[in-house]
Amino acid sequence: MLLRLTAALTLAAGLVAGAAPRPLDDATLRHALSRLTFGVRPGDVDRLRTAGYDAWLDQQLHPERVPDRAMDARLATLETLTLDSRTIVQDWERPAREERRARKADPADAADPGAGDAGAAGREQPGPAQLRYRQIVGELEQAKLLRAVYSERQLQEVLVDVWFNHFNVFAGKGATRDYLTEYERDVIRPRVLGRFRDLLGATATSPAMLFYLDNWQNVDPSAASRLGARRRRITASTSAPAPPPRGLNENYARELMELHTLGVDGGYTQQDVVEVARAFTGWTMRPRDGSGFVFAPLLHVAGPKLVLGHRIDAGGRRDGEQVLDILAAHPSTARHIATMLVTRFVSDTPPPALVDRVARRFLDTHGDLREVTRAVITSPEFFDATARGARVKTPLEFVASALRVTGAEVTVALPLVRTLREMGMPPYFCQPPTGYATDAATWLSPGALVDRMNFAAALGANRLRGVHPSPVADRTSFIDAAIGGTPAPATTRAIADATTPAALVAATLGAPEFQHR
Amino acid sequence: MTNRRVFLKSGSVALLSLGFAPSFLARTVEAAGPRKKLLIAVFQRGAVDGLNMVVPHGDAHYYQARPTIAIARPGVDEGAIDLDGFFGLHPRMAALLPTWRDGHLAIVHASGSPDATRSHFDAQDYMESATPGVKSTRDGWLNRYLQTRPDADQPLRAVALTTGLPRTLQGRAPALAVGRVDDFALRNAATGASLAHAYAGSDAAMKDAAAEAYDALALVADRVRGPYQPRDGVSYPRSPFGQSLQEIARLAKADVGLEVAFAESTQWDHHANEGGARGQIANRLDDFARGLDALMRDLGDRMADTVIVTMSEFGRAVAQNGSGGTDHGHGNAMLVMGGPVKGGRVYGRWPGLAPEQRHDGRDLAITTDFRDVFAEIAVAHLGAARPSLAQVFPGWTPGATGLGLL
Repeated sequence: MLLRLTAALTLAAGLVAGAAPRPLDDATLRHALSRLTFGVRPGDVDRLRTAGYDAWLDQQLHPERVPDRAMDARLATLETLTLDSRTIVQDWERPAREERRARKADPADAADPGAGDAGAAGREQPGPAQLRYRQIVGELEQAKLLRAVYSERQLQEVLVDVWFNHFNVFAGKGATRDYLTEYERDVIRPRVLGRFRDLLGATATSPAMLFYLDNWQNVDPSAASRLGARRRRITASTSAPAPPPRGLNENYARELMELHTLGVDGGYTQQDVVEVARAFTGWTMRPRDGSGFVFAPLLHVAGPKLVLGHRIDAGGRRDGEQVLDILAAHPSTARHIATMLVTRFVSDTPPPALVDRVARRFLDTHGDLREVTRAVITSPEFFDATARGARVKTPLEFVASALRVTGAEVTVALPLVRTLREMGMPPYFCQPPTGYATDAATWLSPGALVDRMNFAAALGANRLRGVHPSPVADRTSFIDAAIGGTPAPATTRAIADATTPAALVAATLGAPEFQHR
Repeated sequence: MTNRRVFLKSGSVALLSLGFAPSFLARTVEAAGPRKKLLIAVFQRGAVDGLNMVVPHGDAHYYQARPTIAIARPGVDEGAIDLDGFFGLHPRMAALLPTWRDGHLAIVHASGSPDATRSHFDAQDYMESATPGVKSTRDGWLNRYLQTRPDADQPLRAVALTTGLPRTLQGRAPALAVGRVDDFALRNAATGASLAHAYAGSDAAMKDAAAEAYDALALVADRVRGPYQPRDGVSYPRSPFGQSLQEIARLAKADVGLEVAFAESTQWDHHANEGGARGQIANRLDDFARGLDALMRDLGDRMADTVIVTMSEFGRAVAQNGSGGTDHGHGNAMLVMGGPVKGGRVYGRWPGLAPEQRHDGRDLAITTDFRDVFAEIAVAHLGAARPSLAQVFPGWTPGATGLGLL
């Protein structure tokens, strides 16, 4: 009641940026932590009260000011995280490709694999180079989990998850995976609190996105026939199919407007899609050689383009850059991004008034994502009682929060990656460009609840390979951190029934309250 | 729907965990009426070479385009198994020949998606959502079918034998993905039982999901536990595909209300050294055909109410490439099997394989939209109301005449 009153007053006062409603009681602090981090640990609320919420938030919004040496030390064992794409292709992907070819050519390997080994029927057994190549994505997946659990820069990790998902690419689509390490590290991560236009531009020129959404094959139809032979030479080194360039490919143009910027109802037409595709002709890359973005003037459609009523006639690469300028500054984009962030941080049904204010902030700050994020997470709606526990955790959020609250030591992260795959959310393997859905309807399935209860039971019993939970030091502070101080009576009874430490973890993390954040 | 609430409130989960099966369990399933029709959808991921699976041996251009990987004409050693004088099965698919002869295997050739993408991922997405060219569709067509008949919901009405729920079953209607039936159980039954009461008191969405989970757990515990023994003389391939089909038979025979089942067969992307009558594709087709045959023989009488449909995201180029393989193409072949199927026939107009008859000058053209096949199965087999097809297949216009598969 008091909180609602305070919220109303703050709203009436015109919402001072950065001012969270007061007073911040423990339940409020716990709520903020559950949204801005990958999960509340015992003692976190006390630490936050001591440090001061505003000071903590300011730090989290400037992750470079938060020391994270223990995290760096954990990641140091993952040797591929620092590699550039060229090295990945030349020293990791190429040997795997050659090995695969050699083994296929060898009749001994083409013999009937169905006999004997159950898992081998029709499945080629990967050789050492292929296994080594798999390490690239495997280490990215492990790093994502480890960062979610252990990083001190929790808000940054949450935002990297949010923005990677917004600009999703899929590791399973051909050459995309060779550019993935670079994509998250150099394109997404440094820009999650920067300017939206920079982030948009960086994704537009990233080989990962150019390949994933096919823009590398988006070419001037008349140039296609002239340059077919030349293009085939360019792609001759790929083992992926190299269809002859046939002309426009609208894939990127469409998703750029539908998903990345304006939103599906953002006011563009099919003709806009075609015009945007024309503007991005010649934005290409060379799959499987590891090099970066190339603008190929010979593949670019010359002449003016008409996009959302704007005449674009800059010529060459500037055509696409102007499209990005127009899209990044468009009110529909401001609204689309505001809706996405409010959905992620506040509610599956975003309050319209908050979306309006955040969209306004986006336009006023020219897409300064630090200020836009701040507008969301300091809003009265963010703190409102109706927002508390209103979001259902995704599998990543569930697993990470379970590991955090139990103080688990992860010595081998790969089995956890498999757990996420079994729960339907393998990191970097979301096929559609929409990214993973984050709403309750998607993740609240019957199978998911069984999986979660079983994960909780296995974690409590210390039966997860490579994971060792700390013994629960204080029953009350463990339960408070996991599910808050006021669970439903039936949950309290279920937890009271737990007479062993293993059952305590199983009941608390299996409870309905722990599925929410 | 009412059964679930009763079930949770009664605390029977606790009883169940102690070894007592509540007597009304049987009613939960039987309340749905007579035994359901069953649809088993099989996805061949990676784009099977339909021209080497169902061989157009009567089309001379097939042999011209494939000097080293074509399947020989019927009558010679390792030649195609003739079906109708024009088409033949790959020789390693002999296991399906009795079904063809009995008239329970139909083939729809030159079928596929009107969208021309050659991306595996986009094409699978389009086939599973059944909205070619539209990527923003959130749910799959099988789930939309389930949504049109919510009265028939049962805890194990729709089951995928996969680790995650496939795109085609994602959506609002309840559907379950289980890698193995034996893994679908609570590790800590006592905690699970006391949490049942906590879930019964949570918000509506969570309560419903939990009710479905506990009902499914109870059904599985009651009906599907214990080692599974296929019918005498039936043995499934020990491959992942064969094992997932065996799990489907196990659920189907356990009478748990299964209406839609999904399995997948992988490793069809043969860009190099595809082989012909022997080699990679031959081994994959052997696993595929023997698995399907084992499933049909294991289901026995149940096949009278069962339809199996196979699909793959697109076909492969008519001509073999420089590596003895085939690149991504367009049209493909779908297999439709089961008691209600008017089989022993290859459906669809054959567009021909002469270069000028090909899609883009290189691929088998498409003369039957894959949605024509799905829609006919939904209506004629599952009993979907014809007007509901607009919801299940948005943007699709039915052809003037149906295929008459069923």
